Amino acid sequence: MVRRMEGRELDDRLTLPVLPELAGVVQLRAGGVCQVDSVSLALDVMAGPSQSGTWCGVVGVPDLGVLAAAERGINLERTVLVPDPGELWLEATAALVDVLGLVVLKPPARVSESLAAKLGARLRKREAALVALVDGQGEWPRAEVRLRTESVRWSGPHLGEGHLCDRRVAVLSQRGGAPARRAVVA
Amino acid sequence: MSRTLVVWCPDWPVAAAQPPLHAPAAVFKANRVVCDNAPARRFGIRRGMRRRDAQARCPELLLFDERPERDVRAFADVLATLERLRPGVAPLRPGLVALRSPGRFYGGETEAGAVFAEALVAQGVWDVRVGVADDLYTAEQAARRAAIQETVVIPEGASRVFLEQLPVDVLEDADAVSLLKRLGLPSLGDLAGLPASDVHTRFGPQAALVHRVLHGRETRPLATRTPPPELDRHVDFEPPLPDAEAVCFSSRRTMERFVQGLAERQLVATEVTIEVYADGQLASSRRWLHPRWFTSVDLVDRLHWQLVGVSTRPTSEINGGIRSAVDRVRVVPEEVATDHGDGLWGGTDDRVERGIARVQGMLGHEAVLAPTLQGGRSPADRQALVPWGERPVGLRPVDRPWPGAIPPPAPARVLAPPTEAVVLDAAGRPVAMLERGCLSSDPFRFRAEGCWERVASWAGPWPVEELWWEQAGRRVARCQVVGSDGRAWLLVFDSGTWFTEAAYD
Repeated sequence: MVRRMEGRELDDRLTLPVLPELAGVVQLRAGGVCQVDSVSLALDVMAGPSQSGTWCGVVGVPDLGVLAAAERGINLERTVLVPDPGELWLEATAALVDVLGLVVLKPPARVSESLAAKLGARLRKREAALVALVDGQGEWPRAEVRLRTESVRWSGPHLGEGHLCDRRVAVLSQRGGAPARRAVVA
Repeated sequence: MSRTLVVWCPDWPVAAAQPPLHAPAAVFKANRVVCDNAPARRFGIRRGMRRRDAQARCPELLLFDERPERDVRAFADVLATLERLRPGVAPLRPGLVALRSPGRFYGGETEAGAVFAEALVAQGVWDVRVGVADDLYTAEQAARRAAIQETVVIPEGASRVFLEQLPVDVLEDADAVSLLKRLGLPSLGDLAGLPASDVHTRFGPQAALVHRVLHGRETRPLATRTPPPELDRHVDFEPPLPDAEAVCFSSRRTMERFVQGLAERQLVATEVTIEVYADGQLASSRRWLHPRWFTSVDLVDRLHWQLVGVSTRPTSEINGGIRSAVDRVRVVPEEVATDHGDGLWGGTDDRVERGIARVQGMLGHEAVLAPTLQGGRSPADRQALVPWGERPVGLRPVDRPWPGAIPPPAPARVLAPPTEAVVLDAAGRPVAMLERGCLSSDPFRFRAEGCWERVASWAGPWPVEELWWEQAGRRVARCQVVGSDGRAWLLVFDSGTWFTEAAYD
């Protein structure tokens, strides 16, 4: 708000903090959209802002693992879940964008260009960030950055012994027209 | 000179439990009788008796556990009734209350006692005894000598004459009673003849108090209580209002006065009951919790939710859906707190609360949830989703050992409800869990969600026997399975079938 009153450019927008593991992969900006393709990645992206006190919301994800969120350091007291918004998913998201700093949205249907543009304008006005959780081949139009899981490797178990303990994800990060960057996230 | 009136309800712990009239009943603590009623005493049941001895003497004896809070709560109604007749009551303990005698207001002290007894009998308290005297101790002794629902009046200045003929057994100090009897002093009159300093040193403070009373030197005033403030508020609608919007709009001022009334006493409500009356009868009553405290806007919201009944939970459907026009709304504080209140500067959280309330107005109260953690074994058990704005209640503690729980990291997706899965071994036979908690063969292929995968590696099983002491108890085992594409799953084997419970994607 102060920045806008000082008359600075919109490109100088507030940058939301991200986890150190994701530092080179994604940069979250207030008003921007980040597309991810798995719940784990969405939680990873959400953890940074949540740890720094941002209110977060999750819309349309009925199978969110709350314990996994807590393990990543997400502040559950400042997290709002709308697991099943039904037909009103866009209205609910828009209402949450008004007051929360970051909203994770899993749209139940394909999102049209005009819809994304409307929501994007709302995001820029309210200085909130959106994490679009789109699995499969779907795309969120006008996403600032797209994260794709190239491969997952779990280590720990071995034919009945041990347990899952270590995850390594190769993430492909694409920002605009720039060449995609590859990174391994623990 | 002010006179004291004592109302005594004998065997109050039993009376508070409300046994049927003339039925023998007793209250037990640690397997011993702590209090019994007159019908039970007729069977020879005494204080300190063991439960099985008491039951042997009277098999139809009604047993109650000792609950001091029940005694106090039941006695609060008695106090309220007496307070209406004569303000300034001094509760001594549950079952015994003193008040300043109303004198000739009811036409005399005997008549006043009769009025009090009648009021309490109308409330269901049968055994009431009243005593009136110059001081508290004498009035209590007079009440103990009164017959059921009768009044004993000790005339002014006659306290000493009345007390002198009483045996020393009325002292509650057993050592002093025994000593006085052995010294050949069987009545309080004999105690009165002793020097005051010797009474205190030899027979203790209880005897000293009685000694002071006998000599008319006990002039402590009654510590009367201030009646509790009326914090609940209600609003009547004339004519009755048929729709929820109108009721909420018209209740706004009442809710503001309710919050204001609490704020004047430096209080905020954290739990309220909202009652809605239709056709002069209670149509809906629901208790609401707030994670912080209720403002007037919150209360109007809760009233709206209660009236519209948008909730999807079956319990609230019974409460919601009022058929006829509403003629009264009442709000009662159930729990108030002092150490809260609005900060001077407000805060950003207020804005968030309002925004979330908007989403709740759009989708229904129970569509917006707050996540919390709780104890449990399966990933679904270890999380709890509470409607936003309600306080979580009845959560399992996290800090207990939960044997059979899966070690961290936790799965990012918890499927609710679990979907059916298939696990096969290298020969194509389904894998099952054996009695001892191991698998029949190593898993080779599985289908967790959609398509078949080769098993890259697996861990487990973690067997859990839940509710093994019950008929419907079940035995389950969980396995972590990593597919050839690198994704990991948590599969559970429950009575012959595999289910996908959670996914580590």
